[in-house]
Amino acid sequence: MRLQYPSDIKIILVPCTGKLDVVHILHAFEKGADGVYAVGCMEGDCHYNSGNLRARKRVEQAQKILDTIGIGGERAQMYNLSSSEGPRFAQYAVEMEERIRKLGPNPIKLAKKKAA
Amino acid sequence: MIVADRKPIEEIIEEVKNYEKILILGCNECVTVCEAGGKKEVGVLASALRMYFLNQGREVKIDEETLERQCDHEYLEEIRDVMDQYDAVVSLACGVGVQFMAEKYHDCPIYPGVDTCFLGATEKRGLWTERCQACGQCILARTGGICPVSRCAKRILNGPCGGSAKGKCEINKEIDCAWELIINRLKALDKLDDYEKIDPIKDWSTDRAGGPRKVVREDVQE
Repeated sequence: MRLQYPSDIKIILVPCTGKLDVVHILHAFEKGADGVYAVGCMEGDCHYNSGNLRARKRVEQAQKILDTIGIGGERAQMYNLSSSEGPRFAQYAVEMEERIRKLGPNPIKLAKKKAA
Repeated sequence: MIVADRKPIEEIIEEVKNYEKILILGCNECVTVCEAGGKKEVGVLASALRMYFLNQGREVKIDEETLERQCDHEYLEEIRDVMDQYDAVVSLACGVGVQFMAEKYHDCPIYPGVDTCFLGATEKRGLWTERCQACGQCILARTGGICPVSRCAKRILNGPCGGSAKGKCEINKEIDCAWELIINRLKALDKLDDYEKIDPIKDWSTDRAGGPRKVVREDVQE
């Protein structure tokens, strides 16, 4: 398909989105990521039954924490698609990139630069 | 086990906002099982606090440590060498651990990072329910293994009361009537005769009514 999606997105492979934990999302922001999104299988189609549902709850937990500490919960998102949906993968990447560009850089990154 | 729940991060921030060097201290026992104060929760809280302070333009040292237990001298001693590096500790142990830390490290303020709730069991992941109130004089032998002290809202010993309806408690329709459970269990055990025996007045001096309690076992003391 040779689909294009924004080049500033770094993909981290996990065996299942159920592997994703709140702390992984927070660490990504701590290290300067402007946004983090998880792309899991369609709900109801998880090979491990509930991995993607767990991931969604964890993303929601991370959103709450990010809101509380002033980073902004909307910087973390959860998406679902089936493995054959390449175009949708690219579409989500574009959507996420647009969302983050509107929000601007991660304030932690800026604070770290200022402190250095 | 002792069941605890996470404290809101805002509340913890409010307590520790004026410190520069903070240790987040988890506990590997009960609070790990109820996902409130184990290594993972320590990581989440520490990361959130680091980012919060950075976002406020402050570089606060936030370190993470998780001990095997916080209710035993030997494990608390493991951090003695590093305690002088911190001006506050947030303990994610139950109230016992927080207090034992405070006793051991008298000069360092220790803040609770969880709300300690009750002695309970894991019904399923994410659902913990109360089973024991540590009254100090167990009556489970007479009540079919179901505790009216912890599971009956009125703690009555010769129940049920008039508020029991369709097996549920009058204070909340989701709460089982402990005495209905007891009677059903006694029936299943073919011990319904036990239900007819009137329980004598319970000596509540072994409960909190007698003030702070202690267990002394000279046979195992050194």
